[in-house]
Amino acid sequence: MAEELDIARLRHVRRPHFGRIAAIVAILIVAFLLVRAFAHGKIDWATTWEFLFWPTILWGLFNTVWMSFVCMAVGIAIGLACAVAHASTNPVLKGAAIFYAWFFRGAPVILQLLIWFNLALVFPTLGIPGLFEFKTVVVITPAVATILSLGLNEGAYVSEIIRSGMLGVDRGQYEAAKAMGMTNGTALRRIILPQAMRIVVPPLGNEFIGLVKMTALASIIGFGDVVRSAQDIYYSNAKVIELLMVPTFWFLVVVTVLTLGQRVLERRFGRGFGTGGAR
Amino acid sequence: MTRADGNSSVTPVVSAVKVGKKFGGHQALADVTMDVMPGEVVCIIGPSGSGKTTFLRCINQLESFDSGGLWLDGELLGYRRVGEALHPLSDKEIAGQRRKTGMVFQRFNLFPHMTALENVTEAPVQVLRRRRDEVHDAAMLLLDRVGLAHKAGAYPSELSGGQQQRIAIARALAMQPKLMLFDEPTSALDPELVGEVLAVMRDLASSGMTMIVVTHELGFAREVGDRVVFMDQGRVVETGTAAELMSDPKEVRTRNFLKTAFTRG
Repeated sequence: MAEELDIARLRHVRRPHFGRIAAIVAILIVAFLLVRAFAHGKIDWATTWEFLFWPTILWGLFNTVWMSFVCMAVGIAIGLACAVAHASTNPVLKGAAIFYAWFFRGAPVILQLLIWFNLALVFPTLGIPGLFEFKTVVVITPAVATILSLGLNEGAYVSEIIRSGMLGVDRGQYEAAKAMGMTNGTALRRIILPQAMRIVVPPLGNEFIGLVKMTALASIIGFGDVVRSAQDIYYSNAKVIELLMVPTFWFLVVVTVLTLGQRVLERRFGRGFGTGGAR
Repeated sequence: MTRADGNSSVTPVVSAVKVGKKFGGHQALADVTMDVMPGEVVCIIGPSGSGKTTFLRCINQLESFDSGGLWLDGELLGYRRVGEALHPLSDKEIAGQRRKTGMVFQRFNLFPHMTALENVTEAPVQVLRRRRDEVHDAAMLLLDRVGLAHKAGAYPSELSGGQQQRIAIARALAMQPKLMLFDEPTSALDPELVGEVLAVMRDLASSGMTMIVVTHELGFAREVGDRVVFMDQGRVVETGTAAELMSDPKEVRTRNFLKTAFTRG
């Protein structure tokens, strides 16, 4: 080379992203067309706005939210028990856990809702004869039937999620915990499950969001969730689409809050792992 | 209890009598008999697959054995003798027996979701039910002993392999074990990090700790080991003082192993 090349003096040009620019333009056009279509469509947005904070709607929203949390709590409790039972060396426990997951993942949720709600047709009374007995129709209210069907169903899915998290923890961790004199229970609680949580939180968040929306199914057995509330109103005022936009808005709000909660949990359980949500 | 040797004045820390184990059709351990006396440092050497790690894991019951017996500090491991029958102990009782031994693994196995300090305090708090603030000072002393007090708040992923292994040693010592078991503690380390871990082990040995070390570090075995055991194909081939066995092996297999090991290293 004739002259000495000083590479450090040359300017670094940024890579052009033509694809991204084209995509942004396309998205903006589609978004504009959609917004315009809905703005000029036959939707009376004023009605939607009017009913957004209607007491019946807020009551339904409250029911949707507490039902989601109760069903998820039932699901996590059952799922944890089943995941631990599945990992057990005891063949009876393992078999029971496998059967449970098979049964409750197998039957459609809507069928499970209907079966629990109509339990009175099979067993007119519940309880231990002679000690205590209740009329089934009194005990199995729409709320109880929803908790039973969605909770038990969720347990089957959550057990598989927790199990995959436990399988993701290195065998050496079990051995280290045992070598220090921990019992199986302590090792699970202190060493295995906290590490499994890191793997479990994203699919569990996914599951929870699915469950929030699944509670809408409970409206068919008469549970007063937010969808049911909207339907009750449009049956009387015939503003169908306007009222259906109301629960749509609220579901998006709830799911957004849950998504943010999931981020917080991911960060919490990612501590000590370089790839955890924090960094 | 049964004794491997005739000496009955001191209770051995470990007494193994004809310990045998099969993995499927493969005889992993056969008639392994040895005593380890208090304060003794026994190094077990041998080719891979010779059963040395399996034997170590039998001592803290991470592995079960099918024949023979093992005593730790005079206590029969894994079973309770009732008359002529041996009844297996419960999970909880086995956990209790494991507290007497500290184990250091080839791959460290630190708890990644806990800081170095939390790794050390975890078992005393959870297993011995001691109070966290009360355990804290002792844990800091242990971290200082392995030269890592300044890393107390670091997570394992932020530490080098050598540092992780030194934390693992401190973690095992926190349970105040009667016996320390080392399973190839330097095999997963970069060569330049081996020295710092061996230094901690050397210090531990000179403090009078009873140790069983499965190792490929023949130099360490010669220098620190009171006794060296050579194992091959699940059996103890030869036992002797470090100097005897390393410089004047009696068995052909020992001689061949040492020859290849030294030319390789």
